[in-house]
Amino acid sequence: MTLTRSERLAPGIVRMVFSGPVPKEIRPGQFAQILVEPFYLRRPISLCDWTKDSVTFVLREIGEGTKALAGWTPGRRADLLLPLGNGFDCSAAGDRPLLVGGGVGLPPLMGLYKALRALGKTPQVICGFSSGKDAFLLEDFHAAGCDPLVSTLDGTLGLKGLVTDLMEGLRFDSVCACGPMAMMKAVFIKAACPGQYSLEERMGCGFGACMGCSIPTKNGMKRVCKEGPVFPGEEVAW
Amino acid sequence: MVKDLSVFLGDLRLDNPLIPASGTFGFGMEFLPYFDLDILGSLSFKGTTLAPREGNPVPRIADCPAGMLNSVGLQNPGAEHVLTQEIPALKKHFHKPIIANVSGFSVTDYVEAVRILSAEEQIALFEINISCPNVHGGGMAFGTDPAAAAEVTRAVKKATDKPVYMKLSPNVTDIVSIARACEDAGADGLSLINTLLGMRIDPLRRRPVLANKVGGYSGPGIFPVALRMVWQVTGQVRIPVIGMGGISSARDVIEMLMAGASAVQIGAAGLRDPLVFPRILADLPDVMEEYGIQALRDIQRVE
Repeated sequence: MTLTRSERLAPGIVRMVFSGPVPKEIRPGQFAQILVEPFYLRRPISLCDWTKDSVTFVLREIGEGTKALAGWTPGRRADLLLPLGNGFDCSAAGDRPLLVGGGVGLPPLMGLYKALRALGKTPQVICGFSSGKDAFLLEDFHAAGCDPLVSTLDGTLGLKGLVTDLMEGLRFDSVCACGPMAMMKAVFIKAACPGQYSLEERMGCGFGACMGCSIPTKNGMKRVCKEGPVFPGEEVAW
Repeated sequence: MVKDLSVFLGDLRLDNPLIPASGTFGFGMEFLPYFDLDILGSLSFKGTTLAPREGNPVPRIADCPAGMLNSVGLQNPGAEHVLTQEIPALKKHFHKPIIANVSGFSVTDYVEAVRILSAEEQIALFEINISCPNVHGGGMAFGTDPAAAAEVTRAVKKATDKPVYMKLSPNVTDIVSIARACEDAGADGLSLINTLLGMRIDPLRRRPVLANKVGGYSGPGIFPVALRMVWQVTGQVRIPVIGMGGISSARDVIEMLMAGASAVQIGAAGLRDPLVFPRILADLPDVMEEYGIQALRDIQRVE
């Protein structure tokens, strides 16, 4: 594929759009493995949004690999493996799913929101950031017809507090979450309803061969890249 | 002229020398979306132990220059499950000789696992891992002492009629002495090298990247080390050697065969790019032409 657009959305947060043939069957929550030379292993990045001829990622510069990736300029040819992993199961989300994003866990919820809407469901999005200056993608959610509720730790945007504070009084019948483990655990406990949670782990291959990202779950060892990254809440060994 | 890619491991003929390395290919199923498994010469499946193992805690993977570290720690479902579940599933898609990679924590472990797996006809040879750097109280301990390596070799040879290849560790002072001990104890062949013990540190958190602290280094960075060790060993033993360690291209395959290997295994390169197998296979005839090679099995070990 070819990088066609790259733009900074917030400190350390970059949106990258790649054009080229896109596989037909993509589920929200799936990811791509992007080769970022000279690094040896590919970098796993969640799919944020996609069309039949482009894919969009919103990533955080977190290490050397993602920093190098974020520095790419449009026109660059790229080697991507996608889609990988087991994404969100839209049919398992109820009619009123609550989508919970924490920081850079928010991007995959964009594709999920659109897929749920396309099924006639009425998802509610809530998201948390450290501070107002770290917020991103909110306009894109607005453009998609959604009005996300926001919390920030310092209160500079939305409610001062945590995403779990936003959950007070909301009516929902299932949860789909992506974000820091501590946030997802708090959401899982508070929600007390069926939920799907997207986990993160250092990966080798990204397609299930190396067992590098296997974690203990309540149903035995599971590969985050293959059986995950999205797991039923009851299965996660919180 | 059509090039001849076939090679021999003793009496066993392989259509070509490409074998996915144990621990990087599972039991084959994960590669089905990428290519037809039957293009391979053989396949060495995930290191199997007598009892199921969950492996080490995560993180188990670290990127490093020209390769990667892993400390998976032999996660596998155990010999019985491999025999009754994994191999039957693999056989639906793979009709070539299978290499059974077996690991253990005692001589009895090795023998029992080999006995169980010997029931499978499509297993053409055993590759006995005495070199896993990621498990404690076994694995590599057998591969760093010639007497212990010989003891495992003799015991496994008695337990099966199939050829037995010993997989050697590079984490030793003198790999040739281990290789000779295995040959003298009756090994039918050798596989080398396993990963090189390595480490990465996260400077921000001031702790090792891997939960296991250390792990095995694989990838193109270890290719020259692997090549040297295969060359040294093949100069001192008469049994066939499967060469591995960082092979990533058709040229690397040729070099490894010129170091004296009879076939090759590819590991890390397939994790980075699953399509490396069909690509090397497609490149081999052209690279052979470039170097004036008609048949791979005619390649002589360089002096």
